Amino acid sequence: MRLFRRSAWALPYSIFLMIFVVAPMIIVALYAFGFREGHFTLQHFVKFCQTPEDYRTFVYSIEIAIITTVFCLLIGYPAAWIMANSKLHRSKVTVLLFILPMWINMLIRTLATVALFDFVHAPLGESALIFGMVYNFLPFMIYPIYNVLLKMDPSYSEAAQDLGASPWKVFWKVTVPLSFPGIMSGILMVFMPTISTFAVAELLTMNKIKLFGTTIQENINSGMWNYGAALAMIMLLIIGITMLFSKENDETEKGGLL
Amino acid sequence: MNTRKILANSYIWILLILLYAPMVIIAIFSFTEAKVLGNWTGFSTRLYENLLSGGVSSGLIQAIKNTLIIGIISAVLATILGGISAIGIHHMIGRKKRVINFCNSIPMLNPDIITGISLFLLFVALGVTQGYTTVVLAHVTFCTPYVILSVMPKLKQMNDGIYEAALDLGATPAIALRKVILPQIRPGLISGFILSFTLSIDDFAVTLFTKGNEGLETLSTFIYADARKGGLTPELRPLMTIIFVVVLVLLIGINLFTHKQKEKQ
Repeated sequence: MRLFRRSAWALPYSIFLMIFVVAPMIIVALYAFGFREGHFTLQHFVKFCQTPEDYRTFVYSIEIAIITTVFCLLIGYPAAWIMANSKLHRSKVTVLLFILPMWINMLIRTLATVALFDFVHAPLGESALIFGMVYNFLPFMIYPIYNVLLKMDPSYSEAAQDLGASPWKVFWKVTVPLSFPGIMSGILMVFMPTISTFAVAELLTMNKIKLFGTTIQENINSGMWNYGAALAMIMLLIIGITMLFSKENDETEKGGLL
Repeated sequence: MNTRKILANSYIWILLILLYAPMVIIAIFSFTEAKVLGNWTGFSTRLYENLLSGGVSSGLIQAIKNTLIIGIISAVLATILGGISAIGIHHMIGRKKRVINFCNSIPMLNPDIITGISLFLLFVALGVTQGYTTVVLAHVTFCTPYVILSVMPKLKQMNDGIYEAALDLGATPAIALRKVILPQIRPGLISGFILSFTLSIDDFAVTLFTKGNEGLETLSTFIYADARKGGLTPELRPLMTIIFVVVLVLLIGINLFTHKQKEKQ
């Protein structure tokens, strides 16, 4: 009856994971470090440092991701705070309305943004890029912050108020610090996809601006697999660093997309 | 109504209007025939008729079919694989469980483009011709973790003794699975299925890298190619509107469903 031990039921999936998740990642590393040609080399990473166009695109992508994240936080935090505050706002439907766009295809949303810019005759360029990015990722910032604020025990801010703190002080000294896990996961959920998008920037700027994701895609498409894999490793490094920063608050709600 | 309340609510509503403005504009201009968006040439449902009668380029209709077929196959496979595996993982212990949980979270954390490239290089290394099969395999790869994620909580709520009791009372493991475990995890399977289907039809990056170059297009890759050529096919406007409405209805459905489930408990 060993076959019927229920822990054995995960065996097919373990094999599946090995083939379709673990092996592909190893293959990317093999290409990036040149093992496919039989010897270890860092030349593909050196090439990245020696190609100004590519590392400038890389730095620019990080800048855009940071700007987008900051805008999302500045716009999203008040929205999350208002919706979580039952004295100001009662409807739960608005929360759902903020989450819904997350499920619409990113390309469709982007093209719709382009349509909006065309409609008001605004030029497509850097400002369109940032607007489109913020528009695409704002819900990802609002939702985790809203969740944390909603679960927060109101007695903390009430206590602060009773002890004589001004509303402004209560907000900065109590509410914001307590909602920090939500802020961190919001930053993560905006920064990570922004840094790795491709196609979106081209559509929003009429091919005037290119982001790092597109650089990777172009290299893979034109058969430069080693270099493309090395660039993918660099992107993974950034993602890894970002995740390490948020590692400290493990209680953050994960996967709660709906 | 004090001023603070009015201010707060107008902030929320202005944001929402801005957030939905682009889709609303697309929806409005899907009811006119003008080729360029922004020109209103009178009310018409011509674009919808073109789209539904297949009067547009056959590529678009084929892309829609591909998207739906791939979505359904991937979602079915991911739900079966995820359901069985969730039961397995639930009963694992120690390091093995941690390793498999970690591997399971990789596709959820990895950016789409990395998942796409890594699978592309895998298929190249294996010498597989890329097409339908590779796209479905890729979609199953990134959908299954979400099925497991939505089935797990149901398993945790379940009393393990019931399954043992069924076996003791003479049920074969297959019957016990069908009559005891399945009814308990069904809500998780359903939301996992819907989630997988949505993720699959929504995917762009992974599909782009695994679709090969034999002309297979899904809706997102078609839209991408179309937009790159300059100027959207006007028929995409009613299509986007339909997608938007369908997603809206689906999501409200899921929310009502999960809400009911919660109330039941």
